[in-house]
Amino acid sequence: MPKKYHINTEHIPPRFTPVGKFGIVDFNEDCAGACHHCVKKECIYEIYKKEGIFTREMEGPVHYLYSCMNCLRCVQNCTRAAITRVVNPEFRWLGDDYWKPDIILTLWYQSETGKIPVSGAGYRGKFSGPGFDSMWTDMSEIVRPTRDGIHGREYISTSVDVGRKVPILAFDDKRRTAVDIPPLMELPVPFVLSKPPFGDYSPKMYEAFARAAAVLETQFVLDAADITKNLAKYKKHIAPLVRGAEISKYKKLIRSAAFVELIYDGKMAANIKAIKKINTNAVVSVKIPLDVNSHRTAEKLTDAGVEVIHFTADMHGNIGKGEHPEFIKDNFRRIHTHLVDRGIRDCVTLIAEGGIALPEHMAKMIICGADVVALGIPFLVAIECRMCMNCTRGRACPVDISGVPPESGSKRILNLAAAWRNQLLEVLGAMGIREVRRLRGEFGRAMFYEDLERDTFRKIFSKDKKEKAKL
Amino acid sequence: MSIAVKKKKKSKTAPAPKQAAQEITREPQHTPSRFRHAIGKYRVLRSDACIGCGKCAELCPHGVHVKYEGAQKTSRPKDYLCRGFHCKQNCDYYCIDKCPVGALTLRINPVVETIGDPRWTPEMILSTWDMAEHGRVTNDTLNGELGDTDGGFDKLRLNFPKKPKKKLKPKDIDTSIVLNRRGEGGTQIKIDVPWYGGGMSYGSVSPATMVGKAHAAQIWNTFSCTGEGGFPPHLDPYDYNMITQVATGLFGVREETIQRVRIVEFRYAQGAKPGLGGHLLGDKNTPAVAKMREAVAGMSLFSPFPFHSVYSIEDHKKHVDWILAMNPAALVSAKVSTPTDVDMVAVGSYYAGAHIVHIDGSYGGTGAAPDIAKKNIAMPIEYAIPKVHEFLTNEGIRDKITLIASGGIRNAYDIVKAICLGADGVVVGTGELVALECIRCGNCESGRGCARGIASTDPELSNMYDENWSTRRISNLYNGWREQIIEIMIRYGVKTIPEMRGRYDLLRHVDYSD
Ligand code: SF4
Repeated sequence: MPKKYHINTEHIPPRFTPVGKFGIVDFNEDCAGACHHCVKKECIYEIYKKEGIFTREMEGPVHYLYSCMNCLRCVQNCTRAAITRVVNPEFRWLGDDYWKPDIILTLWYQSETGKIPVSGAGYRGKFSGPGFDSMWTDMSEIVRPTRDGIHGREYISTSVDVGRKVPILAFDDKRRTAVDIPPLMELPVPFVLSKPPFGDYSPKMYEAFARAAAVLETQFVLDAADITKNLAKYKKHIAPLVRGAEISKYKKLIRSAAFVELIYDGKMAANIKAIKKINTNAVVSVKIPLDVNSHRTAEKLTDAGVEVIHFTADMHGNIGKGEHPEFIKDNFRRIHTHLVDRGIRDCVTLIAEGGIALPEHMAKMIICGADVVALGIPFLVAIECRMCMNCTRGRACPVDISGVPPESGSKRILNLAAAWRNQLLEVLGAMGIREVRRLRGEFGRAMFYEDLERDTFRKIFSKDKKEKAKL
Repeated sequence: MSIAVKKKKKSKTAPAPKQAAQEITREPQHTPSRFRHAIGKYRVLRSDACIGCGKCAELCPHGVHVKYEGAQKTSRPKDYLCRGFHCKQNCDYYCIDKCPVGALTLRINPVVETIGDPRWTPEMILSTWDMAEHGRVTNDTLNGELGDTDGGFDKLRLNFPKKPKKKLKPKDIDTSIVLNRRGEGGTQIKIDVPWYGGGMSYGSVSPATMVGKAHAAQIWNTFSCTGEGGFPPHLDPYDYNMITQVATGLFGVREETIQRVRIVEFRYAQGAKPGLGGHLLGDKNTPAVAKMREAVAGMSLFSPFPFHSVYSIEDHKKHVDWILAMNPAALVSAKVSTPTDVDMVAVGSYYAGAHIVHIDGSYGGTGAAPDIAKKNIAMPIEYAIPKVHEFLTNEGIRDKITLIASGGIRNAYDIVKAICLGADGVVVGTGELVALECIRCGNCESGRGCARGIASTDPELSNMYDENWSTRRISNLYNGWREQIIEIMIRYGVKTIPEMRGRYDLLRHVDYSD
């Protein structure tokens, strides 16, 4: 039996004081200054003590803005009510409407500890929301077996195949396969790393990504022009992204790669041929932005023999501009269904990128029809990015992403990857699915907000008699 | 773990109610916060300019300002009682304007912004605290009815008729429900309020919390549940009002524990983490907990998911029979979560012989759970209730089984909404903990456990309050809820809880009804 896949984690503290959610405000002028049992001494998390050590000795980035656990004991018990708590204004500035401050904080937590976030007191958020928040995944109970996956007690596989599969095998009279079998690459996790759409780019940052990709045994998709010498040792795990016109220029990179991505243009067939001529064993993917007709594009490309299609939405998962852009998951459902209807879904591998910010987004994207997801921003956040967008405006990066030490940076990326994989196992285990390949396109094991609302509340409460009868 | 049935005992009579340690009645008793400063929506600050004239203390009917006899100065304002800007607009005793020297200022308390979330808004938490302190709503300027989640219960409104058909008085209203509707023997159980308390296990919450819940259940003739960690001795006086849980780890399940209660609950799944097992960290498995669970102290304890002995309704029936062989008078409840086919699971539970099917929606729960599960796995209870109710009705067995809903039921309004959607009654958990001053920080599992002493077995932390305080706070909450439900029923013109069950016409949905 092959050895079980496992991602090692290690506590890697941040290099810069992270932004925390809560701030404690002390009104020193109100403090009596002489309480024997000052509430600060009684903090069960010893936040004030750690803070004291930090300010005295400047040792380690412990900061109570980051570590206040929110119990309010000091606020409520100080004799003079001299302590109060506020939401840290800096926290509110993190990220944007989609990449919410809470998302960034949970990604940091996972990158630092490698653990999955656990908390008590039930769910705290909105009932549902746009994008990925409008679906729920299924679970098994009594009548359908589950898998007890998280602590490795029952094995759940997260491997996926990337490449083209032949629908029918044929053999000649000597029992040799009589069809060309294209190369197939197996990834032990259903994600690849990709260059984030923004960032304080540097060879060191790329090295952190590449190193993590190598340990994970997956791929890091990077513009060929960015692949510098320091990345040579990771060449099996770096997928050069090239334009058709640049194929001969990056011949060397293509020859040593296991996976090559090609930016879509009119001369696609010829370009793929050119790449295959350099390296027959490379799996070649075509990268193309999503639009309303992507399902037709997917069909056309699949029919033309493309092995992998890497579809991208913007960093918020949106497709197209305008008032009501389509969301990536809805578009992907259409692509998947269309290819299934045409009977060619299994011939091609689909990679989805854009708006995948949390591990549940990865699981939901796979349910909606992706084989693999590509992740850039989450891993940039893993190495402490605050999404302040300074880098896009030519200003200095507050957390010196370009100076990230490749080793510790890659470990934070691995921590995040491990936490995400474990959370994927939770979802799979609850559904009773034993490998992630079977999750792909399982719409029936998901519940969509539109459907539930229609079948429940619209049906019950609609005033429109005709509509009601139909439901 | 010895769980085998040794010998079929003769039909055991159900336990009789016992006298509790201290007499606490249903009558609300003022039970203020155990912290020096209770948190309120506003902060009232008194500057040094105060001359101690006592005018504000004279004016304020809410007790914000107090001037003790002989004291030079008026005391620090008890600002958690303040009605704030509502008072400024509507009252003629607004202290800020009346202070002769302008020593008072009013502002929103910044702490309020840091507590709560869309499901439990700060105002809902504060209003629950108000109820737990006074036994009824005293501060109606707080919105304790609706959260801010933009869906589910928060989009449903109670649809009151202009004038109720019947004119009712509070004494005409019956808030009780029956739990055994199979009509095939078994104990007849009627509870006085349409809810009972959820399971919180020994080891996860402090003894004072557990006893408080059980004692309040006794006072209100309803139930509380042991959770999965066994039946600790401090619950001995409350057998009559306890449900014991048989969960996947079978921790603490013994013949004796099954026989001493009137209801046994099978926990197939829980809404807090649908589809996932439990995990008690080694640190929390203290010698006392380990003894109760019949396990080795210090070891992490896993409850697997699911029961590895149940993969079909027939297996489930075997489970039910096993309990009934040990305690023929018991009612059996099957606690399940809300997958896509929750309706099928419910029907199956009925045919397997369960008296109660308890559906636990994904948004609730009190125990520590992975965030990914809380938000994403299984459907919210608001969808599951009508789905199961209608399916059972169409199968012709709706009146043979009791449907209990839980998972995100926060207040009296949610209870009524759940019943109107088709449940017979509900289970509450978080509300009780909020009554004990939980602020939903969610750090139940970190370090030594809950810093506020609710969900902790740490010797120091778990002694932050005693069982009298917790009993009175929860009992006050129950009284407040019951009063609100009676008021709602009077406005509806219905006398009993079952009359409201499945009455969609008593609700309105803000998106579809108008
Ligand atoms: S922290 Fe700001 S400047 Fe640095 S990489 Fe992230 S977005 Fe760019």
